[in-house]
Amino acid sequence: MILGYAGKFLEVDLSTGNIKDIKFDDDILREYVGGRGLATKILWERLGSKWETVDTLGPENILLFLTGPLTGFFPGARICVSGKSPQSNGVVGSTVAGEFGVELKCAGYDGIIVTGEAERPVYLFVKDSDVEVRDASHVWGKDAKQTVALLTEECRGLLKERFPRYGEWKEPAMLYIGPAGENKVRTAVVVTKWTHAAGYGGYGAVMGSKRLKAVVVKGTGPLPEVADMEKVKQLTQAVCEDIYESELWRRWGTGSAGYEVGAKTSSEPVRNWQEEWHDEKSYGVDKFENRVWIKPYWGDFGCPTTCLKIAMVKTGKFKGAITDNPDYELQAYLGTNLGIFTPEENVFLASLIDDLGLCGIQTGNSLGFVAELFQRGILTKEDLNGLEPKWGDAEAFASLARKIAFREGIGDLLAEGTYRAALKIGEMKNVDVLRCAVQCKGIGIGAHGIRSGKDYPINISYACSVQGGDHTSTACLPLDDSRSELVMIFHDSAVYCYFNIFGIPRKLKFEFYKAVTALELTQEEWCNTKALRILQLQRAMLLLGGPDLKWNPKIHDTNPPRFYEPLPSGPYKGKTVDKAKVEEDKRRYYKAVGWDKNGVPKSEILRKLGLKDVDRALEKLRH
Amino acid sequence: MPTKKEPIWIARELSKCSGCRKCEIACSLFHENRIWPEASRIRVFMLVPGTEFPHFCAQCEDYPCVQVCPTKALSISKKTGAVLVKTKDCIACGKCIDACPGRISHMHPTENRIIICDLCRGNPQCVKVCQEGGWNVLKIVPRKDQAYRLYARTPEEITRDLATKMYGEQGKEYV
Repeated sequence: MILGYAGKFLEVDLSTGNIKDIKFDDDILREYVGGRGLATKILWERLGSKWETVDTLGPENILLFLTGPLTGFFPGARICVSGKSPQSNGVVGSTVAGEFGVELKCAGYDGIIVTGEAERPVYLFVKDSDVEVRDASHVWGKDAKQTVALLTEECRGLLKERFPRYGEWKEPAMLYIGPAGENKVRTAVVVTKWTHAAGYGGYGAVMGSKRLKAVVVKGTGPLPEVADMEKVKQLTQAVCEDIYESELWRRWGTGSAGYEVGAKTSSEPVRNWQEEWHDEKSYGVDKFENRVWIKPYWGDFGCPTTCLKIAMVKTGKFKGAITDNPDYELQAYLGTNLGIFTPEENVFLASLIDDLGLCGIQTGNSLGFVAELFQRGILTKEDLNGLEPKWGDAEAFASLARKIAFREGIGDLLAEGTYRAALKIGEMKNVDVLRCAVQCKGIGIGAHGIRSGKDYPINISYACSVQGGDHTSTACLPLDDSRSELVMIFHDSAVYCYFNIFGIPRKLKFEFYKAVTALELTQEEWCNTKALRILQLQRAMLLLGGPDLKWNPKIHDTNPPRFYEPLPSGPYKGKTVDKAKVEEDKRRYYKAVGWDKNGVPKSEILRKLGLKDVDRALEKLRH
Repeated sequence: MPTKKEPIWIARELSKCSGCRKCEIACSLFHENRIWPEASRIRVFMLVPGTEFPHFCAQCEDYPCVQVCPTKALSISKKTGAVLVKTKDCIACGKCIDACPGRISHMHPTENRIIICDLCRGNPQCVKVCQEGGWNVLKIVPRKDQAYRLYARTPEEITRDLATKMYGEQGKEYV
């Protein structure tokens, strides 16, 4: 058994109620590590042969909660949620911070595999090796804060009753869905601690389709044994000391980007990306810090950065709204992208999105899309159930968000996500509205634009990514660049927070991996073999797609049309993305990762990586 | 800084806790040489998000836990003022938990005995990491004749108070 792993996985079939422990061979864990890598392997093994026919919201889909060997050890613990994505029909490794991964490993499990679907609402309660599927009808329909309160009380009560002499029980860790997940909204998230969400991929909808309201875990054992604890301590100290020197990164988190990205690099979505620049000083991070943050440092297990903060509105009509910072992405998507430039309105919308269990990025993307169609007169008040989503009208956007979460009226259409909604609206109105849809392969693009050329993503970052619009996993050359998704696959597979690695030498993460697992690994080996293999599998499943949508690289390996329009304002006014250059860089990228001119992985690379079955499956896509 | 000879106390400012749990990691590494949150003598409770706080022995002036121990497994360290557990004498009866106004101590998760903060023999590891990170929730001060037991409150009570401080009237809804 490889050190750093608990040594077993829990598999729960919600259709039959069967619960069992399973193991993976060391060879598999050595190659696929955990989290995103292992998810890709599991999904391919189990669903690969019928991938195109698997309905992401049907019982056949598999929902995964996976830790990695570094979870709990590397500062900043996370858990990776995955499955076949209801957004892209591919695989997304969606990670979220919190204690869940640590509790799970302390309970003796490296991950949970959920199959089938329950007849009625249930939640899973794991206490070490005791696992039960429990009735969740009393929490079905409850929002985030109610769900956390009710299940925390209930599960602590069970622990108290079963272990009366233990003393006081700490809260178990919990992943849950809100009403949006229950209603199978494709932009629903898997949430923990009110505000932390595994957003990209739409796995809240998968959880909802399985009628799984929550997974609650209490583990009382230690984290697994490691190869060299002294080295783990020493490397942890090195990571922390580096972070402790970054005072403003710790103080502001990603919040400073609300002004930095919006004003300086001019790459923040403003009014559905019609602009990427604003000079609204009301939106500086100081305004958030001084007006709404009631907890300046809020962190998850082992985190030296504590980039999160708790915000609460104290005055005005949105008084009482509570969320985290919001972080940069939500400042942008539930702020500037909707023409909103005040912290209070932004906190109000983020708080509502948390409570409903929606993704702030994807929902903000869809709301901006609708508002632009309204601005252009393509959608009218009548189409929108009497609502008039004007830029800056937080209450109108809140009403729309509620409709999305409950799939009411126009919300039912928008609950399909921007891309699918655009296809339908285009059909209804006989107008091409895809030009206003800022997404890639069914996934709304993160709040970092590429037109100014001053932010970190490049012209093919989203177009060639196996996770579409996901701003955390972007395509980049050279393949071992810190922005390349091949490197990100390591963070997402060893499962820890990459916000804690910015200032440290790139080899440190592999030294850490060795201190935990005793396995040698270099960036070169990782990028040329293991990560590349995971990437090919993700690409293969993304291209196989289905059943409702398939991607053709010739059409879909591109940027949203908006990115080819010149920036209308700001310091980089007039700048845009050169289509010919995108094509050229795409060809270079395809070549580097071993894809043919149509973007399909070549036999040669697949066979070299030992993926013969993938090669055979992709044969039909080659022309 | 107090010298190592005189008894110490860990002053605490609960509402500043970030919930990073580095104190749990440091404590369990020191006592168990493992990262083991449930075996940590200091435990961060988060019954309501945002109201994280470290829960650990306050070394009450009158040490009610020591008084009720039927096997005399608990004693007071003259050097540090900490409550010490004589492992082989502890019968895991839980009387000390019931006597503690804050129900702070708890059983070792795999061994049949109580675990209580021993102030790391005068050099508390939790304080070290909390200060290194600049959170300064914990701070070492000389032990004096003061009302330390005011800090021995149950997790529920502290949570209710912190939720009120953080979220005002709304705090009640979340507990």
